Amino acid sequence: MDFHLTKEQEMVRKMYREFAENEVKPLAQEIDEEERFPQETVEKMAKLGMMGIYFPKEYGGAGGDVLSYVMCVEELAKVCGTTAVIVSAHTSLCCAPIFEHGTEEQKKKYLPDLLSGRKIGAFGLTEPGAGTDASGQQTMAVKNENGDYVLNGTKCFITNGTVADTFVIFAMTDKSQGNHGISAFIVERSFPGFSVGKHEKKMGIRGSSTCDLIFEDCVVPKENLLGKEGKGFKIAMMTLDGGRIGIAAQALGLGEGAIIEAIKYTKERVQFKRRLSQFQNTQFQLADMHTRMQAAQYLVYAAAMKKQNHEPYSMDAAMAKLFAAESASDVTRRAVQLFGGYGYTREYPVERMMRDAKITEIYEGTSEVQRMVISSNLGVK
Amino acid sequence: MKIIVCVKQVPDTSGKVAVNPDGTLNRASMATITNPDDLNAVEAALTLKEQTGAEVIVVSMGPPPAEGMLRELLARGCDRAVLVSGREFGGSDTYATSQILAAAINQIGVEKEDVVFCGRQAIDGDTAQVGPQIAEKLGLPQVSYAAEIVKDGDTLTIKRMLEDGYMTIKVKTPCLITCIKELNTPRYMSVGGVFEAYSKPYTVLDYNALKDDPLIDKTTIGLSGSPTNILTSFTPPLKGAGMMLEGADRATCEKLAGIMAAKHMI
Repeated sequence: MDFHLTKEQEMVRKMYREFAENEVKPLAQEIDEEERFPQETVEKMAKLGMMGIYFPKEYGGAGGDVLSYVMCVEELAKVCGTTAVIVSAHTSLCCAPIFEHGTEEQKKKYLPDLLSGRKIGAFGLTEPGAGTDASGQQTMAVKNENGDYVLNGTKCFITNGTVADTFVIFAMTDKSQGNHGISAFIVERSFPGFSVGKHEKKMGIRGSSTCDLIFEDCVVPKENLLGKEGKGFKIAMMTLDGGRIGIAAQALGLGEGAIIEAIKYTKERVQFKRRLSQFQNTQFQLADMHTRMQAAQYLVYAAAMKKQNHEPYSMDAAMAKLFAAESASDVTRRAVQLFGGYGYTREYPVERMMRDAKITEIYEGTSEVQRMVISSNLGVK
Repeated sequence: MKIIVCVKQVPDTSGKVAVNPDGTLNRASMATITNPDDLNAVEAALTLKEQTGAEVIVVSMGPPPAEGMLRELLARGCDRAVLVSGREFGGSDTYATSQILAAAINQIGVEKEDVVFCGRQAIDGDTAQVGPQIAEKLGLPQVSYAAEIVKDGDTLTIKRMLEDGYMTIKVKTPCLITCIKELNTPRYMSVGGVFEAYSKPYTVLDYNALKDDPLIDKTTIGLSGSPTNILTSFTPPLKGAGMMLEGADRATCEKLAGIMAAKHMI
């Protein structure tokens, strides 16, 4: 596989780096401590086309490619895991399913606002009783006399939930059909009967909004059915395949960011009259850390390129997320260890990176789910 | 309306500075950036473009790799780029450079409504001469050190920032303005801009393309046409720490007067 970046990809990465360094990094600690959604950063990213990177210009996208999107999430995560997941959830979990499964009318209605970042998107699949077992949906969508759908139920752990205007929501239209009874809907925040519930207090990515969504006789017009009735579970799984590349990129960036910080610190910190970087333990640790993240990068980029080329990428995305997430957790933990006591304080960013990294092993399919996807692709049953 | 912006690729002085054995800068081994003041000039042009719908053309003289810089400026929103490049132009000082750039701008054409923007000075040479010299050679009115620009019809009102205060003057187009960092904050490239950058018009003007311009003469361009000779370049020694005297008493004042007298300052 050719991992050489095109001139445009090189250039756009440079732009992400400058933006991340100047606009995102200075806020990272503050939004973590205050658990504050960085609205000002989202507005800046919107102006620069970062909320619709790989979608065609005709719908308001920036006309880029999937790898350019992945690099955006990666570069943001190097300095701020929160900002990275805002872009990833918006792009992969809301813009992508509407673009890939929406009717022309739905695309024209919703994508221009989403891709330009005027509105933020979110995705609602998880429920209190339907996490990894996403088929256990309790949210019901019942047709009324007009043919519109009336939704009742609760979604939980919804990234971007409190700030989003547009949601891709899954609900049971026919419980007797199991997975084949799940349908997908485009729900606007303003629909009567829709409300946002409690905000989660999290271990990491604390600036990102995570909350419950509550549907109480929420009427969703029939034209907002996304895809065909009963095809929702398939749409959800396809969406998560793409989402996993975004989360894998977030994990990749977190690990790489921790390495950058650890190299800087160990070249300055002196103990036993030597810089930490002069100790072989430091050198070997950093060599291992870099090797893991480099391997993760190849997996993540390969999955992105396959998606871009419309090749099957489900297993590639699962492998990328599994390996990048577990590597990010390992590498950020080791970075804290290299910093010693200072690494455990909030004076340095590595403890935040370690907290942020853990979620990448959990959301959009736990590492165990990724192993299920990979082994089933191998025919191991 | 056209806005022509002159830009220069310069060594990134935040990295390592490499010097050749003959004392000249080893540019090939240093990372490059767009000259910072030139980014303010580009931003001024793009702001005016948003107000007027003008076409923004970036012009640079340099070796072929300067294309990368020009493409980045296209990604910020400039409409087309012109690279002035040829062996005959190599080694030019500010006099010869402004001669060549003026010829290139002549080729693009400066009409009644047009404006030429330059950065105040480049961080490598720090002369601040090229912009004003281009204006002289094109016969354009020039306003240097612009910290604020307001356009109203064919008149630009410019607040100049000088060492001892501000000066506000009005100038009619066509004119040349040199920009300082206080003028604005340069924007980032946009994702959409990046993916358009390589499909926007990009022209290279070599010696043959410019040779018929009266400004282009083998004796006024390139190293041989440059009146400036660099004898040597070196890193100046660090200044020593200053001396602080505190107190308003007679003894301190006498001490200060003594020091100043010894240095022939009074």
